[in-house]
Amino acid sequence: MKRLVAAPLAAVLAGLLVASCQPDADVQPTPGLPGSTLPGNFSAPAYALDQNPPNREAFELGRKLFYDPRLSRDGSVSCGSCHQQFVAFAHSGHTLSHGVDNRLGTRNAPALQNLRWRRSLMWDGGVSNLEVLPLAPITNPVEMDETLPNVLRKLNDDADYRQRFAKVYGTGTIGSQQFLKALAQFMAGFTSANSRYDHYVRGESGGTLTAQELRGLSVFKANCASCHATDLFTDESFRNNGLDRQFAADSGRAHITSRPADRGLFKVPSLRNVARTAPYMHDGRFNTLEQVLDHYDTGMVESATLDPQFRRPNGRLGIPLTAQQKSELQAFLLTLTDEQFLKNPQLAEPR
Amino acid sequence: MLFRTLSSALLALLLGIATLSFTACDDDDKAQPNKGELDLEFENVVGTQALTLGQAYTSTNGDAFTLSKLNYYISNIKLTKADGSEWAEPESYHLVKHDQTSTRTFTLQEVPTGDYTKITFTIGVDSTRNVSGAQTGALDPLNDMFWTWNSGYIFLKLEGTSPQAANGQLVFHIGGFKSPNNTIRSVSPPLPQGTVLKVRAEKAPAVHYKADVLKLFTGPNVIRFAELSNTMGGPSSVKVANNYAAGMFRIDHVHAD
Repeated sequence: MKRLVAAPLAAVLAGLLVASCQPDADVQPTPGLPGSTLPGNFSAPAYALDQNPPNREAFELGRKLFYDPRLSRDGSVSCGSCHQQFVAFAHSGHTLSHGVDNRLGTRNAPALQNLRWRRSLMWDGGVSNLEVLPLAPITNPVEMDETLPNVLRKLNDDADYRQRFAKVYGTGTIGSQQFLKALAQFMAGFTSANSRYDHYVRGESGGTLTAQELRGLSVFKANCASCHATDLFTDESFRNNGLDRQFAADSGRAHITSRPADRGLFKVPSLRNVARTAPYMHDGRFNTLEQVLDHYDTGMVESATLDPQFRRPNGRLGIPLTAQQKSELQAFLLTLTDEQFLKNPQLAEPR
Repeated sequence: MLFRTLSSALLALLLGIATLSFTACDDDDKAQPNKGELDLEFENVVGTQALTLGQAYTSTNGDAFTLSKLNYYISNIKLTKADGSEWAEPESYHLVKHDQTSTRTFTLQEVPTGDYTKITFTIGVDSTRNVSGAQTGALDPLNDMFWTWNSGYIFLKLEGTSPQAANGQLVFHIGGFKSPNNTIRSVSPPLPQGTVLKVRAEKAPAVHYKADVLKLFTGPNVIRFAELSNTMGGPSSVKVANNYAAGMFRIDHVHAD
């Protein structure tokens, strides 16, 4: 008799216990959940695991949001429209970002990978935290052209979203913080750390580089790694790499800082999956890696804010590279392609 | 034996944990004898006149203007006693929106009782919260005080029209937390001579501030709308910030309880 009373009572109390604090916030890490492990060859992340503990339900919710075109004003553009997994979440074949009503932006949609390690986001570093990143494209008139209140209205009007948000964050109106944290869960899962190069540096099986690739690595270390630094392949600095003589069309970092010294500076991009993320540069002006390497070799132009590293003692600009060095560099850059990341079914549009 | 069955032992254990967890999450403390409250009221004015959106005014510099919006953040409120000891309001973020009367008055709760001689607050939001990701409450990006393209809060948003402005519009979005264009300002407008804020369990004093819009355009920097009518951060916003730090806020009077 006692047992019959006690069991349901205990269940109710246990339920209360869970419901009384944060609902479900500390679900056990799911093995294999993207974003829940930190690669050994990376530094400490900027967006720490405990800021938004990886959780399967929240991840799947963020995944649905990422691929949902209702986040745009007219329901035509999702995050995934311009950030496609098979090209490391860059926009295949698009020089400039392509928004609602076929509006064109002024910059190339960048690859989204290893965002957990980014201290700042966007070509100009204007966004400071992964959680608020989606607000920029959502509200940009030439991208998704939507407002945050409208997005939340659409989500709150949708029974499936209400149910899924309630499961992760508790019942009640879906708020902006829940929306942004769910999206951050998914984007924090864009970890690319399983290229052949990664296996090589971690001494894992499958980590063999050819002689040519190793020579390319040496050329890279001598000429490129001061900016494309660490195994994240960026030092996250902002630099002018000699693309233009003046910056009337896009002042880059100066748009954020208002400092004349920052005119024409853009974020040093990671080179992970670089063989797949064409076109290159902040405005997508180069279609091939050959063009990029030729630019560094002979294509740079003078301007007041050109990075001093590109000024040579003889007064010439750029990084001199022989044809052989270029082909070795290209061979090395191909080892940064991470098929596991590009084909991870957990990062694909949900069916 | 204390527990005759396993299930009753389990029940007792669960009851204990449940009680503990309720206690841990419950921040709705009961009235405590050594805690009181303090009300802060913000009355927006234009010189000696009350601010009414849509009404025409003239700046100290002789520029005509009309406002359609005035919002600002008051944060990190600190109370100081005569002996220098301080109390800081936890999670101290308040957004005053002129068109929402209820936002112009708020209450500091669980203030340790005592006699306070100074109130300090930040006009704007501290740098940490500008970069801390998705926030709620006064800092919710839904409040339309967050720059999406350049992460950070708009500390003060004034919008309106002026015939002197280049395109007729006034857009003063003051914000920015990074050197050299940091617009975070901390101020301690003095209490009226001889006034002490006596916070008691049964007595909640109210401090009535006047926030003078005219002082945004005068002070260390004269702002003429022909020269500056649109700013969203950067050096020109710093000029306005130096003005709001210099004298926009003053304590008009204090209600003792």
